Amino acid sequence: MTNSDDIAEKGTPMETAQTIGRRFACNEGDLAPGESMTVPADGEDIAVALYRNDDGEYFATADTCTHEDWSLGEDSDLEGNEVVCPLHMARFDIRSGEALCFPATIALQTFDVVCEDGKVYVLR
Amino acid sequence: MNRIVVVGGSTGAVRSVQALRRAGYDGELVLVSDEAHLPYDRPPLSKDLLAPESDGSPVPLLTAEDVERLDLDVRLGTRAVGLEPANRTLHVVDDEGPSAIVYDGLVVATGVQPRRLPGTDHIDGVHVIRTLEDARAVRDRLGEGRRAVVVGAGFIGAEFASVARARGVEVTLVEAQEVPLAHVLGREVAAEVASVHEAQGARLMAGRSVAEVVTDQGQVRAVRLDDGTELPADLVVVGIGATPATDWLVGSGLPVDDGVECDVDLQVVGHPGIYAVGDVARWPHPAYGRPLRIEHWTNAGDQAEVVAAHVVGRDRPNVPLPYVWSDQYGHRIQIVGRPADGVAVAVHGSVAGGDLAALYAGPDGRLVGAVVVDDPRLLMRLRKAATAGTPAGEVERALLTPAS
Ligand SMILES: Cc1cc2nc3c(=O)[nH]c(=O)nc-3n(C[C@H](O)[C@H](O)[C@H](O)COP(=O)(O)OP(=O)(O)OC[C@H]3O[C@@H](n4cnc5c(N)ncnc54)[C@H](O)[C@@H]3O)c2cc1C
Ligand SMILES: NC(=O)c1ccc[n+]([C@@H]2O[C@H](COP(=O)([O-])OP(=O)(O)OC[C@H]3O[C@@H](n4cnc5c(N)ncnc54)[C@H](O)[C@@H]3O)[C@@H](O)[C@H]2O)c1
Ligand code: FES
Repeated sequence: MTNSDDIAEKGTPMETAQTIGRRFACNEGDLAPGESMTVPADGEDIAVALYRNDDGEYFATADTCTHEDWSLGEDSDLEGNEVVCPLHMARFDIRSGEALCFPATIALQTFDVVCEDGKVYVLR
Repeated sequence: MNRIVVVGGSTGAVRSVQALRRAGYDGELVLVSDEAHLPYDRPPLSKDLLAPESDGSPVPLLTAEDVERLDLDVRLGTRAVGLEPANRTLHVVDDEGPSAIVYDGLVVATGVQPRRLPGTDHIDGVHVIRTLEDARAVRDRLGEGRRAVVVGAGFIGAEFASVARARGVEVTLVEAQEVPLAHVLGREVAAEVASVHEAQGARLMAGRSVAEVVTDQGQVRAVRLDDGTELPADLVVVGIGATPATDWLVGSGLPVDDGVECDVDLQVVGHPGIYAVGDVARWPHPAYGRPLRIEHWTNAGDQAEVVAAHVVGRDRPNVPLPYVWSDQYGHRIQIVGRPADGVAVAVHGSVAGGDLAALYAGPDGRLVGAVVVDDPRLLMRLRKAATAGTPAGEVERALLTPAS
């Protein structure tokens, strides 16, 4: 798997970005550090939560909490590289998707992120 | 430890086995539950399961695949009846009669039992809501135009009233306190929360108690109150609190006094290798230092993580502040911290408006708790502020728009 923070930091177009396909998420700067947003589901593509940590790095996971039905991009709490679901307080690592505490027992799917020409993309 | 036995069949027990495996414990793991089903989730019992859309199926908490994957020895329909810590022996009874299980480690997760109205045990139509069977029995009696009397307007009473109203049931709540949940939320906020009942067409009779449940051939017919009022009833739901399920520990020598007394690692005081988790455990929560027994769903998971860390010899994980939610009349009420440790110093918005936010300050002015309706993002910010002990005034200025 490509390391998404490297990609995001360098902001260089990756070979994979073209070959695997990518989805436009937002313009760089739309998302302040410590914030998150949802890239809505589209056809085959599930909704994705895009996060920007305090260091300005972007990460992306599946948008829906693996416990019940809640959008982490819309409404959650980002603390460093951890996102907390506000419904029952499940915590996930946004870099690996790992479920860090109950009630989550299933990891979130993760997606790589690239920044190019001032735009942020989520790789499929 | 080679064999850990977990006694209980719900949130505390399930979180315990999950946390132990997640922490790397690879010994034998036995789960002893007196329930007939694999563990299911309790919160939906007074909410979604009673709604018209539900088919009465529970939300599983532990599936057959989980049992396999976690390599558990699950003994359903098996009741713990006694404990001999000196011989590390748990006595149980199932269909085949009594037997004994020897353990190296034990987790007590037997939760609480609902309090009942004295003398009403055998009356048809009088229900508590704790188990799947309870919830299904209540569900079978719901229907347009039926009359329900709810005794106790706490969490169960309020949630039941809200789904019952949605199904066209006539609802009257009888509550002993002048203001229901005042002991949790303080009078002002509790009154605001309770006001929703009347707004939704449920009648609230506060400061009243039940004198008699009137029956007709063993079937409930009415509820008579202390002031003589008689409320006709097809169904009575009793939600007047719960008591720790510790009868089976009598004679074991375990310290029991409104719950099993534990240290900060949830180890039962004076009994290394025996732990308690969930509603049944009384422990010095690290954020408070004094013994508390917390009857909230997330608490069981938080405590299970602490137990698992202790068993495998890891550092104690951070324990979050207490948290509880309740779904009433389409609104989600979220409570973080311990409002009862402070006084409400800022109350903005309303439940009906879906924007209630109440801040509670302790004696030193710091935020000790908050109640939020329909705004999970704000709740998370307040949770952070309460964890940090930020002065409530500062929090109000920063996070709550001034009331107009
Ligand atoms: C209807 C309802 C709705 C709720 N809604 C919410 C909510 O919205 N939010 C929230 O935060 N909390 C809610 N709660 C509270 C939450 O469900 C409890 O805090 C949680 O279930 C505690 O789990 P526990 O395992 O400690 O105890 P319990 O859930 O009481 O489970 C104890 C288990 O042990 C078994 N057991 C007891 N004695 C024995 C014995 N001697 N031998 C073998 N097994 C035994 C019981 O059958 C049961 O399976 C709700 C509770 C109820 C009843
Ligand atoms: N959303 C939730 O968190 C939720 C939902 C349902 C149940 N639960 C849990 O289930 C357990 C039981 O819930 P509950 O609602 O029964 O307890 P509770 O303690 O929340 O409320 C009990 C209510 O009954 C009143 N009361 C007590 N004795 C009475 C009497 N004799 N007559 C009339 N009123 C009386 C009390 O003043 C209180 O308002 C608790 O652990 C509760 O936390 C939680
Ligand atoms: S839905 Fe996210 S923790 Fe429950």
